Amino acid sequence: MDKIPILKVGKCLLVTIQIDMHDRLAMALQDDLTNAIVTSRAKGVLIDVSALEIVDSFIGRMLSNIASASRVLDAVTIVVGMRPHVAITLVELGVQLSGIQTARNVDKGLETISRLIEQSESTDAYGDD
Amino acid sequence: MLTETIETVPIRSSEDIVRVRQKVRFQAGAMGMSLIDQTKFITAASEIARNTFEYGGGGELVMETLRDGARRGLRLTFLDEGPGIADIEQAMRDHFTTGGGLGLGLGGAKRLVNEFDIESRPGEGTRISLIRWK
Repeated sequence: MDKIPILKVGKCLLVTIQIDMHDRLAMALQDDLTNAIVTSRAKGVLIDVSALEIVDSFIGRMLSNIASASRVLDAVTIVVGMRPHVAITLVELGVQLSGIQTARNVDKGLETISRLIEQSESTDAYGDD
Repeated sequence: MLTETIETVPIRSSEDIVRVRQKVRFQAGAMGMSLIDQTKFITAASEIARNTFEYGGGGELVMETLRDGARRGLRLTFLDEGPGIADIEQAMRDHFTTGGGLGLGLGGAKRLVNEFDIESRPGEGTRISLIRWK
């Protein structure tokens, strides 16, 4: 079975979805990413969906699940590069990507993640006192 | 109205749902549908194909081109011989689900197409057709 590669960049996991995923592949990515957050101690997950021509309710739910799981594991997830026609269709379909942070592209997403990681680290530092 | 059957696509696995999306994209593109119309139609097809597979126990998609005067369109008919839907009105409502999904499939897909038609008999199966006019 195919697998979607997960790259580690600094404190961040980077996933670029390049193919039209079938449902089992999407589920496998959800599991792999959740495990990778724990084993790599990542603080952020960046999912690049700019190559996706459609996002249906199943893929939408997978993105929500990853965001929720990462939050529980003290990491932040940002979805980047969603195409406008895909975004409009998702809204009309009725899928609410609740709790998902977004960014226009990978650079902006990485910036946001670094800022969020810095913030949470400085809060942690105070919290330890 | 003139109709012509293009192709029948089996829906027996989650890979087949991807195949449905690809076939619909190809036909919608060939017809000259705009990118946004294609995306809506492919997304609707993906939702219904998943229903056919997950709840209907598998089935098939029949793709047809339609010509009504100067109007051209694409009709997708999804057929299964699964358990059927007892209360269609309830099933069309957002967030209604019996299969552990989000339950957006039917109602959401209806919003993405020009015409939506559903027939179902408990114990006999379900037939859902979607039309998008160019």
